[in-house]
Parts: sequence; structure tokens; C-alpha cells
Amino acid sequence: MSLRPRPMRDAFLNELLGAMGRDERIFFLTADFGSPVLDRLRAEYPDRFVNVGIAEQNLVNLATGLALEGFKVFAYAIAPFITMRCYEQIRVNLALLGTLREVDVTLVGVGAGYSYVISGPTHQCYEDLTIMRVLPNMQLLSPADWVAARATVNHCLRAKGPKYVRLDAQPSPALYAESHAFDFARGFSEIHEGDGLCVVSTGYMTQVAHRAIGQLPTEHRPSLLDLFRLTEFDDDALAETLARHPSLLTIEEGFRGRGGLDALICNLVSERGLSCRTFSAGLDNRYRFDLGTRDDLHERAGIGEQSLRRRMLDLMGEASPSAERNGESSR
Amino acid sequence: MSRTTPGSLDGSARERLELKAKWVWRETLKIHRRAPETRIASSLSAVELLTVLYYGGFLRLDAARPLWELRDRFIVSKGHGAIALYPILADLGFFPAAEFERVCRSGGILGGIPDPVIPGFETVNGSLGHGLGVGAGMALGLRRKGSASRVYVVVGDGELHEGANWEALMFAAQQRLGNLTIIVDDNGISMLDHTERFLSHRSLCTKLAAFGWRCEEVNGHSVAELHAALATMTADDGDTPGCILAHTRKGRGVPGLEDVSLSHVMAIPRDVIDRLLGDSS
Repeated sequence: MSLRPRPMRDAFLNELLGAMGRDERIFFLTADFGSPVLDRLRAEYPDRFVNVGIAEQNLVNLATGLALEGFKVFAYAIAPFITMRCYEQIRVNLALLGTLREVDVTLVGVGAGYSYVISGPTHQCYEDLTIMRVLPNMQLLSPADWVAARATVNHCLRAKGPKYVRLDAQPSPALYAESHAFDFARGFSEIHEGDGLCVVSTGYMTQVAHRAIGQLPTEHRPSLLDLFRLTEFDDDALAETLARHPSLLTIEEGFRGRGGLDALICNLVSERGLSCRTFSAGLDNRYRFDLGTRDDLHERAGIGEQSLRRRMLDLMGEASPSAERNGESSR
Repeated sequence: MSRTTPGSLDGSARERLELKAKWVWRETLKIHRRAPETRIASSLSAVELLTVLYYGGFLRLDAARPLWELRDRFIVSKGHGAIALYPILADLGFFPAAEFERVCRSGGILGGIPDPVIPGFETVNGSLGHGLGVGAGMALGLRRKGSASRVYVVVGDGELHEGANWEALMFAAQQRLGNLTIIVDDNGISMLDHTERFLSHRSLCTKLAAFGWRCEEVNGHSVAELHAALATMTADDGDTPGCILAHTRKGRGVPGLEDVSLSHVMAIPRDVIDRLLGDSS
């Protein structure tokens, strides 16, 4: 694990910058949202870069029009705005029209979960996994670190049609080796192989889960799956991996029990008739206006490193008295 | 990137367009007679402007190749208003007239609001306020490709209440999309009422001019005025997007429907259609 922290968006944009030099069909639109790498992209490709202003509805509509003219469009904005401000544009022009015409648009949302820590709920995004997953024809990609974010660019250039990529806003160290070959047909990686409990997470929460697991005694470590693709993953392979474990714990930086990662896993368990017990960690069903570090916010929500470490220990010691006391966590 | 545009309209050409418009109006009423659930008033205001675009030499299209790269792009963003396009597209050979036998019926392709399952339709519309922004994206893409194709979008005046249109209007002027022309079917009525009474556009032409658009007002039921305005807009190879504000009447030509506040949701009784078609034949 490389300790060099790096924002996902820089790795993503840097890779895209290289691709734009090789492929004249790539067009980049931003809703007045930037980054240092974006300054280079804008300087190098002024004919294929447009700042459309603070106007996400038009961002999606323009991206659609450009895609219908044969361009591979990347549309870039802050995650809650590029998903929720323009949701009906996404539904009609990407998901719906995309079933009849090729609409190769990649929405890139920065600021998954709590990652805009001090900006509060308007800039944080706890709903996108649920609302983007529900749209037919929309791919949902959620890399866990900058290495995965970089690899996601090449997947987006290969996979035609509408896509939503959710990126974290904060720099973080790499979880994957820089040379890691991501299997996008599979859609998930098994970061640890353990037994008893299988932890399933996505995005930055995979890093938190990984740190929590690192604190457990080596003989008590669960499996950790990083689901970086939340649609069109290899559900046979995922079901097979889950089935090896008696208990599952999903972790997401989004509302719990509201159609996000937990629902995805529960549906699979139910459809395949797996005998695993399922547990979930995520945000309670309410908005909060708390200030603090991201770790503070996570601990308060029960998805911090320490909360998750305790939760995993409890779930792995199912037969122990402490697990019985925590029976309420099975919901 | 230049191309020839239709010149001025002589008397016989004008008469031909007027006859065609009458035919489109009649065929549109026949569709409504078969499928009374279609919202028809919104289509009747757009008959002449659709006729002039398709038969006046403005839209470059090839029915055999609906997505031909060199075609002009045309979007009727006010979805309900596109029923009047069905007879035109069938007449031009985009789909067989037999489709009219199953309008709004199982197995058919012609619904109450058109979708791009119908050859000749570019995008999904009906949900209002999308066509203009998508059209602006097409215009930007065409310019980037060095294409001489133009983009035309028909929007309703009620539709212009949707804010996304104004994002697109600002954008098109900023990007100098001279290859984009919109026609506002200004029939003055949305679903519930005359727009003047609850959310007036005030002076739409002045507003658009202030946004950086070139705007011309015409009588939207005069093929001659529509033709002249379109000829001016498209002859101009400049970099200013153009708007034709076509003053029209919703439910045009149907007593009890024309310019009635709730005409959007009103059906025309079968015997009234029979009489109208008999009278005008």
C-alpha cells in the first residue's frame, strides 16, 4: 500500500488528459468545477473543454447532444449536484434515450459521502448509490482509491453508454498496488480473504474498512470485498464469494436500509437463496449538521474505523456473549 | 460550411404550402378521431410551422436514412405538439401510413407522445425543457465536426417556464451557436390557463435579444411569414443563434377548442371532427 495520498479526481483527470491526446472524440464539460489537473486539460484542449457554468441541468443536456453527435463526453461536477439537481435530465436523456441511441456520457461526481467534510449536507452526498442504481442502462462505478479511479477512465472509454463515476474529494493513500489490474467484468476485488465474516464496501469506505481490519488480531480478520462496480458486476462470482461466509457486513457512506449497497447485497443473498446473515453499517435515516473531522463524523454515524472494528469483532464472535448483547445490530 | 437556403416564396409555392398545411391539419384531426386520448390542441397550433420546415425546403433529411450524418437535426421539444408530425413523416416515407391504424394501440409505434422508436424522431421529448439544451449540445458538436448541418428546435411558450431552457439560451449565445434556430410555438396557453394570466413571459423577443439571440416575431399561421423568417435566419451564416417567435392559437381551427384556456386537455367529439373534415373538404 502506497502511503502517498492523492485525490482520486487528479488521477482520473490526468489519465483522461492523456486519452484526449489520443482520441479526438473525447469532449469535457464542467459545471464550473475544477482542479489543478483540469487547468492543464483546459489549456491543452480548449476546443474540447467547455465550462457550461453553474448549470447542471444544461450540463447533462449538452452532454447528451454532443454524445448524439458521436463524442465521448465526460461531464464533471460536485457529486450531489451532478446527480440530484439534474436527475430528470439524467433519466430522460441518458438512461431513457440511451436505450434507443448511443449516448456515451460519463458523469463524474466528486464528493462521495462525507468527503466535503466542513461544507455540510448540501455538498455531501449520501443518496447517489441508491438513486443512480435504480436507473436502467446507467452504469455506476465507485473506485476506492486513486489507482482504481485511474483505471476507471479506461473502463469508461471502452464501455459505451451512460455511466456515473463517484469520486472521493479528499486525497487518500492507495489501497491497491499501482500496477493492479482491475477486472471490470467481475466488478469487485477480494482485498482480504478471511472466514466467518465477509465485509463488503465501496469507495472510500473500503479504505476505512481496511484500516479497521488492520487493527484486528491476524487470526480474527474478516474477508474484505471492494465492490467498485455497482451495476453489471459478475453476480455469479459475487454470490459464490459471499456464500463462503456465514455473515456479511455491508459498509457504505450513505443511508442504511434505503436501497444502497446493503440492498444490493441483500437482494443477491435473497435471490440466490444464500444462507448468510446480513448486517449493514451506514448512516441513520436523518440529515445531520455536525462539524468535525471526517473520522469524527464517521464515528458518530457508526462507520468510523473504531466503530467498525468493534462491529466486526462482535459479528465474528457470534457465539460469544458480547455478540448476543449486540443483537440489535441485525436489522 | 455554407449551403444554399430557400429564396423568397412565390405565389404558387405559397399556395402549395398552404394546401399542405391544410392537409396536415386534417390528417392530425383524423389521428385524434382514432385516438381521442391524444392531446391535440397543442399540435394544431404548430401545423403551419411544421409544414414550412418540412415542405418549405428548410430541413435536409433522407427518409431512407433517418440518422444520415448530413441531415439537419430537428427536435420538437413540446412533445404533445408532435402529433402533427406523424402525417408529415409518413408522407415523406419515414414509416408506412399503415401505422395510423394502430395509433396508441398495442404493437404500434405512434403514441400520445412520440419517442425515437419512430423513425424521424431524434430524442426523447414530452418531458418539457430538454430539447433546447440537447439541441445546443448537437449544435456545438456539429460545429466541432465542421458540419454544415443545422439544428432546429420547436419549443412551446409554456415550456419556456422550465428553467433549463434559460441555461441553454445563455449557453447558445455565449458559444455563438449560429447553426441553432428555435421556433417558439407561442400559442399562449399551457395546460391550465393562458400563460399571460399566471406566469407571463412579458416581452419574449426583447428578453431573447437581451440574452444575445436574434429574434423575429411572425404570425405562426402564415406560411409566407414563417418562410421569410426561416429564410433570413438560415441564410445568415453568422454566429448568433436565432429565434422565431411564432404567434399561434392553440386548438387552431376547431370551434370550442381554439384559444380556450383548458384546450390542452380537451378532446374533440367525433361528430365535430366529422363535420370539420366534411366542411373543409
